[in-house]
Amino acid sequence: MADAGTLRSATALEDADRRKAWGFVAPALLWTLAFFVVPFAFMAAMSLWKREGRDLVRIWNFDNYVRFFSENALFQGLVNSLEITVIVTVISVLLAYPLAWIIAERVPKRLQRLALILAILPFWTSYVVRSYSWLLVLSKNGVINQMFMSIGLISEPLELASTRTATVIGFVHFFVMLLTLTIYSNLIQLSPNYRRAAADLGANAFQTFWHVVLPLTLPGIMTGAFLTFVLCIGDYVTPQILGGNNELVLPQIIMLQLGRRADFPMAAALSIVLMLAVTFAYVACARWLKIERA
Amino acid sequence: MTAPVSIETVSKIFGAFTALDAVSLDIRAGEFIVLLGPSGCGKTTLLSILGGFLSPTSGRVTIGGQDMTYVVPSKRPTTTMFQDYALFPHMRLVDNVGFGLRMRGLARAERDEKALGFLDLVGLKASAGKRPHELSGGQRQRVALARALAVDPDVLLLDEPLGALDLKLRRQMQDELKAIQKRVGTTFVHVTHDQEEAMAIADRIVVMNQGRIEDFGPPSQIYMRPRSLFSAGFMGEVNFVSGRVAAADASSAKVETALGSLALPADNFTASAPKAGDRITLTIRPEHFRADDRAEGPTVTLGEARVAGSAFFGTHYRCHLQPCATDTRALVAHLPQSASVREGEIVPLAVRAADVVALPATGHA
Amino acid sequence: MLRRIFANVLSWTYLVLVYAFIFLPVAVLVLFSFQDGRLPVPPFNGFSPQWYEAVFVDRKLMAALGNSLIVALVSSVISVLLGFLAAYALARYKLPGSALQRGLLIAPMTVSYLIIALGLLSLMNALHIPLSLMTVGIGHVVINLPLCFAIIYASMGDHHINIERAARDLGASDFKVMALVTAPMLMPSILAAFFLSVTFSWDEFIIAFLLSRFDVTLPVEIWSMLRSGLNPKTNAIGSLVFLASVAVLLILELSLFGRTKKS
Repeated sequence: MADAGTLRSATALEDADRRKAWGFVAPALLWTLAFFVVPFAFMAAMSLWKREGRDLVRIWNFDNYVRFFSENALFQGLVNSLEITVIVTVISVLLAYPLAWIIAERVPKRLQRLALILAILPFWTSYVVRSYSWLLVLSKNGVINQMFMSIGLISEPLELASTRTATVIGFVHFFVMLLTLTIYSNLIQLSPNYRRAAADLGANAFQTFWHVVLPLTLPGIMTGAFLTFVLCIGDYVTPQILGGNNELVLPQIIMLQLGRRADFPMAAALSIVLMLAVTFAYVACARWLKIERA
Repeated sequence: MTAPVSIETVSKIFGAFTALDAVSLDIRAGEFIVLLGPSGCGKTTLLSILGGFLSPTSGRVTIGGQDMTYVVPSKRPTTTMFQDYALFPHMRLVDNVGFGLRMRGLARAERDEKALGFLDLVGLKASAGKRPHELSGGQRQRVALARALAVDPDVLLLDEPLGALDLKLRRQMQDELKAIQKRVGTTFVHVTHDQEEAMAIADRIVVMNQGRIEDFGPPSQIYMRPRSLFSAGFMGEVNFVSGRVAAADASSAKVETALGSLALPADNFTASAPKAGDRITLTIRPEHFRADDRAEGPTVTLGEARVAGSAFFGTHYRCHLQPCATDTRALVAHLPQSASVREGEIVPLAVRAADVVALPATGHA
Repeated sequence: MLRRIFANVLSWTYLVLVYAFIFLPVAVLVLFSFQDGRLPVPPFNGFSPQWYEAVFVDRKLMAALGNSLIVALVSSVISVLLGFLAAYALARYKLPGSALQRGLLIAPMTVSYLIIALGLLSLMNALHIPLSLMTVGIGHVVINLPLCFAIIYASMGDHHINIERAARDLGASDFKVMALVTAPMLMPSILAAFFLSVTFSWDEFIIAFLLSRFDVTLPVEIWSMLRSGLNPKTNAIGSLVFLASVAVLLILELSLFGRTKKS
């Protein structure tokens, strides 16, 4: 018998190493398999069953998907989700980029960290509370309506809450913080020599930005935008609190299946649809998204 | 402690690349050995095999008479000093140096005392509470040395430990390394590509190239009596003159070259005894050219040459001499400070016969 | 010159406006948590700590707070531990299919929490496993493990390999190398992964909502409070969570990350 110190040959040494490595990686892999892959596969299978009355029909069929495409109430959920997500992503990037740029370029170096911490401070309110706090601002007797009425801008309170606008505002508020952080870290990593070189070669400020800074920060922007897309399209809380029941998004419809009707197969099918939407978004930005080891 | 090391026909093959080709080497206990060669010559691979970080494809390694070929690093009587020092960044110096003792189960008080002793050996006792990032490159190097020595290894393996230091510090650390090695008596195996460093510290130098040992011996022998053209060229500047053995007997040989013919002692054929008809290459160090014929010892002459250019180097003039006999490549000569050489001047090409080494010719030369 | 001043004024105006947007709801939230009255909307009737008192005597709310802490800490410890071991194995050893393994481990990052929750819920139902804080914790490890793995894996530079070798060379076993050398060297990223996990778990709603039954976490409890509409008590608990988080953040910023930045 060879003990740990004196192994017989080179291959035995490598085998022992490999066994050890498997031991290290196994717990994480098993956890992911048991609580992510298996449930997901189970859900995917369940989306091919259906609910009839009070019973679960365990026969493979596409009824749920057929219903999704034929029933307007369901399909409209996907349309609403996509519209809101795209609007939110675009507005958030457009608002966050200048902010990140101003913090990186205009704010003095020693204050930048502070400026950044401030910019993401509301991030630390509880997620549910953050949406709720917008309700305080936007509701019929909320801050905005009261303020506008007191200065005589409007005579009747505006219906701001329970609208798509409220959902978008709530989302944008969250994602501006997230994107400011990612875009800032991208801008700050950019060597100032690129801009010096561009200026040296005769580019003006706008040309430098358009031809040099923007392309170099694009991967960061796309990573942030993709993250925004994924988090936004799958969120239930913000549209439920701020959007109300007027224009349901896909996650709200999924939750409805679970709650009122206990229709798990339909909820599963809708989840698969949601998943596919994210996958399409991923494929669209895949060439900018990279996860690498330093 | 100290121990001899024996490497028996060790080969290491990575896919299609042969990093070591049947290398054999015997190292005496307490010796300071330097593995010298260009990058990719296999010296670091050989060191890794000694340290246990790589296993050879074939062959055997024994340390102190015991087979160590497949023993893991932690169970070997060797420690390695890494090129990037590999100090633990989160530990104080005393904890870095005491780490190996801690692994051997020594209590804190005892290992701290020993660690402080070794820090003292490298002159850093006063910094024991600092962390590696507070030190200069030279200081880190010393800590790495102290850490490797603290576990009292039989053999210390040093992987280009001075590579990251600037030239002046490097020369200073060479002296310290040598002094410490003498003090502790441990066998040192040191890898470098700097031949001056090798000469400064080694008891014996192993010159390696393309996975093979080209030459092995004390620095003076490697420099003055190289056994291969590669070894001659790697150890310092050298002139190659190709020729042919016209006649040979037991004590001397007559050699014909484009610069004329000359007689050499048979001893000067370091690789193999001369045979008539052999194609050979003569190697002549630049400093062996004599400015005048009054030099001590019997000289041979290779005709005359025109000074094509010269530059003052402090210790000598470095001259390009164009032989008058042929239009072959100019030779490089180091002439003494006192020599007054002017461009265009004609000088004799005189060398002591004992300084010319004759080696079998290969393709280039 | 004039253009420069104009650009500066424009920049600072923009900065102030976006900051106002970012801070508006939080400011309103905190201000009206002190409302002396039943509605957390203008007009502000004056300061009163009554809603904070109401929060502290609310047994259910306090229990939810405790549950949230337990779930966040336990799930984060598991996530960091599993993530570290997996990162160590994949960064330091050549394993077959390592790209596939990396992909599998970070895959949950790209899937909405709702879907993860739904999958786990269906499975738990099918296996008749009762919902509890444990099922919530399992779900939180699923979402935090990829994060911890990615952060720690990204920080395992090849320049650490020689340092680990040196430790092994000096006689350290695998476990000791990991515990005494690798983990301390990577401490900044391990801590970052841990605190991020705690934050995410602490704040997570949908998994906690779908996978819990009787014992619930704080976001779920707050959710059920929302059914009563606008309520200064919700402001008060929201403000408390916010201020506590900021305090923890400040302590971390000043002590931990301020110190490790140097090395």
